[in-house]
Amino acid sequence: MRWLGLGVVVAAALLLAVVLGPAHVPLADLATSEVVRSLRLPRALLAFLVGGSLAIAGAALQALVRNPLADPSLLGLSGGAGLGAVLAIALHVNSPWALPIAAFAGALGAMALVYRLGLVGGAELDPRILILAGVAVGAFTAAVTTALVSLSDAAELRNAFLWLWGGLSGASWDNVALLCVYAPLPVVVLLAAARPLDLLALGEEPARHLGADVESVKRRVYLAASLLTAAAVAVSGVIGFVGLVVPHAMRLLWGHRHRPLLPAAFLGGGALLALSDTVARVAVAPRELPVGIVTALIGVPVFVLLLRKWTAS
Amino acid sequence: MDRELILDVRSVSYRYPGAPADALEGVNLAVRAGEVHAVLGPNGSGKTTLVRVALGLARPAAGSVMILGRPAGAWSRRAIARVVGVVAQREDNLFPQRVRETVLLGRYAYLSLWGTEAAEDHAAVDRALARCDVSSLANRWIWTLSGGEYQRVRLARALAQEPKLLRFADRVLLLADGRPAGAGAPADVLTRETVERVFAWPVSIASFEGRPQMIPLRHGKDEI
Repeated sequence: MRWLGLGVVVAAALLLAVVLGPAHVPLADLATSEVVRSLRLPRALLAFLVGGSLAIAGAALQALVRNPLADPSLLGLSGGAGLGAVLAIALHVNSPWALPIAAFAGALGAMALVYRLGLVGGAELDPRILILAGVAVGAFTAAVTTALVSLSDAAELRNAFLWLWGGLSGASWDNVALLCVYAPLPVVVLLAAARPLDLLALGEEPARHLGADVESVKRRVYLAASLLTAAAVAVSGVIGFVGLVVPHAMRLLWGHRHRPLLPAAFLGGGALLALSDTVARVAVAPRELPVGIVTALIGVPVFVLLLRKWTAS
Repeated sequence: MDRELILDVRSVSYRYPGAPADALEGVNLAVRAGEVHAVLGPNGSGKTTLVRVALGLARPAAGSVMILGRPAGAWSRRAIARVVGVVAQREDNLFPQRVRETVLLGRYAYLSLWGTEAAEDHAAVDRALARCDVSSLANRWIWTLSGGEYQRVRLARALAQEPKLLRFADRVLLLADGRPAGAGAPADVLTRETVERVFAWPVSIASFEGRPQMIPLRHGKDEI
């Protein structure tokens, strides 16, 4: 029943993303419309994939770092990606792929640095240090990014800010295809870690005693969640909130077992971002709102409703 | 000496990295099926270290540790979780959970990667709940339990692992059970009475059924 409901929400979000837009496309022409085929459909799918990736990564990270407030952006990845992108803008690299590649490289650099800092004594990954290192690296890269932005001229500044706020206007079939090839591996790695994550939520010692290979689980989950986030940030900029709130909304509906939670988070995150992006495109057409603002405007009321329903029962 | 030798610790020494002295020095411990052992000693005498080394969580510098005839270090965490259950001293559950859910986590080591819990897993959970007298709490949230009830629930989770060896971290007590893992009711030595005694009076272990053996430790050496 809950799965059916979530499926309906996903289908409705994708359908609205295709039907609605600043340009009017009659329903009868949807299948043949060039606007739908080359703009709306890839954008809807990209929003779904990015939202799903951020939400499943957030759900897994919350259990990994034992902090319900964990969010992919806390791991310093977004900061690294932002720095990479702004560097590419400042250096006038003019290629359609320059930004995502630079952002992805920046995110991977930040990930490597945070991971190295999170290794205690060169062997064990300490989630508490991981999150502190993520915050530190994020703050540092944000400082460098701001310095670069303040030194660049007006046109670059606007580009950089638009990118940093996040948005899906760069969507194309190419990056949908890229994400379709790239995302399944880390997603499957996270899904396979669902049960060990249940154990990890009890603490590392109990998890070990119950049979989980804790060190390996921590590494796999951190790397898979980071790789997903890095790719999402590379194609869409920094989109906050989805990775934090969608997992909690799904926890309220599905409980805390990661088996159902992780796939539910993926679907819910995808639906939320697809819906938010539609609103971002339509609300103030022909201009666009940054999608991160809309995820918060839609997500917070939904979350508050769920929270009220849950505390009442 | 016909009972199965479950745990065999021989002249084991262990030193923490950077420590000036050995935490354990030539300690021996043999646990056979049906026995109850208590490791006693003042604070810092090496009780926890001994149990950690004995269960393969720390590698001894010298000596050998065998669990069911196999070196402790050679067991995977998953395989050893089917043989050794641990009632943790404390745990800090990140998310709210119901009693039955947490006990079901005891079956992790028996589940395949993508498989779901089978009828036998739920049966093992039912037995463990009944054994620890917490069946009536099965649908309660853990955070509504008293400290003692929660401890019994953690014991039930360890019993759901159907272990041959049970360790209470609090009192560093080892209970060995003669039954093969997965063959039904675990830990016959374990009655509700003994459990309550373990948790209520750590020193009265001598009155246990199963004649517990004391392993006194002082400065990392056994005094037997």
